[in-house]
Parts: sequence; structure tokens; C-alpha cells
Amino acid sequence: MTAPSIEYAALLPMIIVLGAGVVGVLVEAFVPRRPRHAVQVGIALLALVAALVQVVRLRDTEIIGAVGSVAIDGPALFLQGTLLVMAIISVMFFAERRIESGGNAFAPAASSLPGSEDERVLVRDRVLQTEIYPLTMFSVGGMMLFPAANDLLVMFIALEVLSLPLYLLCGMARRRRLLSQEAAMKYFLLGAFASGFFLFGAAFVYGYAGSLEFAAIDAALAARVGQEGLLLAGVGLMAVGLLFKIGAVPFHAWTPDVYQGAPSQVTAFMAACTKIAAFGAMLRLFYVAFGGIRTDWQPMLWAVAIITMVVGIVVALTQTDVKRMLAYSSIAHAGFILTALVAVDEVAIAAILFYLAAYGLTTLGAFAVVTLVRDAGGEATHLSKWAGLGKRSPLLAATFGLFLLALAGIPLTSGFVGKLTVFAAAFQGGAMPLVIVGVVTSAVAAFFYVRVIVLMFFSDPAPEGPTVAVPSAWTVVGIGAAVVATIVLGILPGPLLELAEQAAVFVR
Amino acid sequence: MELYAPMIGLIVVAAVFAVGSVFASSMLGPKRFNRVRLDSYECGIEPTPQPVGGGRIPIKYYLTAMTFIIFDIEIIFLYPWAVRFDHLGLFGFVAMVTFLFLITVPFIYEWRRGGLEWD
Repeated sequence: MTAPSIEYAALLPMIIVLGAGVVGVLVEAFVPRRPRHAVQVGIALLALVAALVQVVRLRDTEIIGAVGSVAIDGPALFLQGTLLVMAIISVMFFAERRIESGGNAFAPAASSLPGSEDERVLVRDRVLQTEIYPLTMFSVGGMMLFPAANDLLVMFIALEVLSLPLYLLCGMARRRRLLSQEAAMKYFLLGAFASGFFLFGAAFVYGYAGSLEFAAIDAALAARVGQEGLLLAGVGLMAVGLLFKIGAVPFHAWTPDVYQGAPSQVTAFMAACTKIAAFGAMLRLFYVAFGGIRTDWQPMLWAVAIITMVVGIVVALTQTDVKRMLAYSSIAHAGFILTALVAVDEVAIAAILFYLAAYGLTTLGAFAVVTLVRDAGGEATHLSKWAGLGKRSPLLAATFGLFLLALAGIPLTSGFVGKLTVFAAAFQGGAMPLVIVGVVTSAVAAFFYVRVIVLMFFSDPAPEGPTVAVPSAWTVVGIGAAVVATIVLGILPGPLLELAEQAAVFVR
Repeated sequence: MELYAPMIGLIVVAAVFAVGSVFASSMLGPKRFNRVRLDSYECGIEPTPQPVGGGRIPIKYYLTAMTFIIFDIEIIFLYPWAVRFDHLGLFGFVAMVTFLFLITVPFIYEWRRGGLEWD
């Protein structure tokens, strides 16, 4: 028996990020309270940048490492890079302290009872919540492993590592704490349930193929060994677990409540990064492991894609809360991405990689704008309060308008290029009905995005409307990066599209 | 199918034992009902009266359980490594030291945050 060889260089980005999480826990234990926030932000940003540099250095790597359990290839590295960029922006939003007059957007101590004397004292003493940074690092580490997992068990572990810290982060809002805790509870219970589905499915697939590795599962599919029933049940159950994470209908019920209840900064992080990681994992699982039986799972995903687009858009039309509206819009976007996933070819992989990057950056920006529109009770998320915002703060309203246009897929924004490539890939893959549903729902979607823009610019401001908080450089730079990305990827999508095309080959 | 025979046997034995025990205790056990017997069992905590406003549930049991999990997981991985120590060599040793360090981190965190002080 010889020692297994571990490709440390290829795994280094994940090791750096998870290591930063461990260091963050030690910082919580030993560094005094006063400098702790600055230290945590510094460690988090440093680790994320270092990991990003290492991902760039690895760019042409194509290996299956860690004894067959982790694949570092084009899609994995592209998604890891995208995740790291979005995580950097998210951490910048987390570090914002000006809009809560010295505090950050999180409860000083998550364990203090809402409305209690404990909580009041902690807020008065300006105690800062710093445990969010190690939690975020662990979550990002799991997200980076998720699309790189080349083994059912590693994929499950990555799913849990990314999910558990997210559940906690959702329950840590500074304002409206009961809503936030309710959101965390709902997300945790449903998420644990979905993980159970995933694991049960993995057990069935193992029963069929006799191996947990994707290559071996693919080989077993080609050889047609074992019992078909086990395999199909396994594929279906695993799909449930993954479709839950991306928020596809009929597994979307948690999305609006959790997006609304969680602190908006966390919602931004979760909406952008979880979707990227889960789509990456789904791509690898369905293309590398289950590619041999695509005709069996394609009809299932066709149906899911169609109802996801339709339900997401139709229900979004009736929303009166900005965060819930963006949540339903994220559900609809999951449907748009699924149309390409059904196509199964390299064009589709490239289209999805591009779409995820474009959509993630726009979503980050949109939720960050939501954090700035405030009244006495915190964020003013009811749409009626946003009336006339364009007259009160033209710059903020124009920024939000740009993000909405990108989400609607209007030309010259990143959203348009994303939708075009995704629908083109679906069309080439022969999924014409999906493309038709996609285009029709996009047209309907444009209506409600434009409705918000009209509300902001062409109606009179409410007499005691919300104020627009002036953020510190952290949020300004973060939103600025999202604005620049949304415009540049809309006008000059070439370089990123090319990168996505080069990256679109799975190592098998 | 013969492979599964012992497992089926075990399942049958377990079922018979569980059902049989409940049945036997109801047949043979003494029937002396008092307040303590009829109260719901709550790990030794008085289930009633509740403090005003619901109160807060002591978190100490949870911390004890988490501490147990830290050492439990440590032991689970230490045992197989110790059994095959000579075969796993330097790689196994380094991996295990890394693992022990990582599993000690939450323990250090608990200690520094006062999780080990009972009151």
C-alpha cells in the first residue's frame, strides 16, 4: 500500500479559502474585540484574492486529482474564479459600516434574544458581528469544491459545507430579527430535506454503478449493467437535491421567504454564489456522470425548465416587495439557464458559464442597492416606498434601473448577451419549445422590470418616503464593479465569451 | 440471497426484542402510578412550571453534546489510523496531525468563548 498522491497545487485555491476560515475561527478566539473586525475583513479579502491569483495561474490545468475525487478543469476553474470575484464583492458589502451608524448589517450576537436587554446593551456598545467572515469563507470553500467534485460523496460534502454556514448567515440580520431567524429555520429544514434527497439518490446510483466516481458511473451506464430502476430513481432524487439549491420550480418555495428575511448583503451573496456553484455541480453530474442516459433525464429537465420560467415570471408580476420580486426573478433566471443545460454540448456549457458570471454580478449589485434605501425601520423594501426614488436620488435609481434592464435582458447589458447565448445553445440543442417559452416569458418579465423603473422615475415621491443612505467606499466600489461589469459584458462580451468557450471542456 | 440471510435474521430478532420488551414489561412490570411516573420525561428537567414568558432554554446540554462530537469524531478517525499505523507511514502521520489540529480548533474556540465554564 502506498500513500495516495494529492495534487496540492491544483487544490490550493480551496485550501487557501478554507484555511482562512480556520484562521478566522482562531482570530475569534484570540484577537481582542476592538481590532477583530478589521483583522477578519483583511484575512477574508487577502485569502480570496490569493485564491483568485492561484486560480488564474492554474488556468490550463486539466487533472482529476485527490485519488479521482476532485476534477480541476476548465469549467471548475472558470466557476471558481467567478465565485471568488463575487465573494470578494460580497465581503466588501459585509464590511459596510456606515449605513447602520457604526454597526454592520448583522446582529451583534446571534444568540441574544430579539428585543431583549442583552441585545440593547450589545447594540449600544457597538459590538460588531465578526463571525460572519469565517462562516463566509467556509461557505465559499464549499462552493468552490461543489462544481469541482468528481465523486458523489465529495459532492455531497461540498453541498453541506456550502449550505450549513449559509443557514446561519441567513438568521443574523440586525433588523427584523424574527423574520430573519424564521428564514434561516425554513432554509435549514428544507435544505436538510433536500440534502436527504440528494444523498438517497447517490445511494441508489452507487447501488447501480458500484462506484461513486463519475467516470466509473459513466462506464457502468455504457455497459448497461445493473438495474435500470435503481439508476433512474437515483438520478431523479439527486436532481431534486440540486434543483432545490438552484431554486427551480417545484422546489423553489423557500426562495422568496429566505431572500426576503436574510440580511440583503447575505441575500446578494447567496443569490449569486449558490446558483453558480449548484449549476456547476449540476453540469458536471449530468454531463460527465449521467451523459450516457441523457434521453432519460432530458424530458424531466424540459418540464422543470418550462414551469420554472412560467411560475417565476407570473408570480413575480404580483409581488409588492423588492426583495421578493428579485427572488422570483432569480427563480425565472434558473429556468432560463436550465434551457441551455438540457442541450448537452460544449456550446451550452460555455453559454451557462457566461450567463452565471453576468447574472451573478448584476444580482449582487441589485441587492446591494436594496440595502441603501432605508426608513426608520431599516431597509424600505415595499415597492410603494420606491415611488419617485428617481427624483430623490437619480444616481441610485439609475443604477438600480440598469440592473433591472440587465435582468430583463435589454440589449447593451450583460443580461441580453447571456440570454442570447443561452437560448442559442438551447436552439442548437433542438430545444425549440423551451426557447419559445423562454422568449415569451422574457417579454413578460420585461414588463415588471420596466414597471419598477416607471415607478421610480415617473411617479411622485411619497411624502414620508425612505431616505437613501450614503454608504462607505466598500459598498460604492462593490456596486461600481457590478455596474461596470453589467455594461462592459453587454457591450464587449467577446473576451469573457471566448474564455468561457475555451473553458467549456470537462475532464473525464 | 444467502448473503442477506443473517441481516434478515438480525432484523427479525430486533423486531421481536423491541415488541417483546414492550409487551413483557406491560405484563410483568409493577403498576404503581404516581406523579413522577405520569409526568413527561425531560432529561431530569422539571417540565413544569415554565418560567414566565417561556424563558430561555439552558444551552449547556448543547455545548456538552458539541464537545462530545469533537472528541467522538477524533476517536473515530484515530482508531483505524492507529490500527494501520505502520502501513500508512509518514503520509498518514502528517494527515493525522493536520486532522488533529483542525479538530482542536473548534475546541480552542469553545474554551476561549467560555464554553467550558459550567456557570
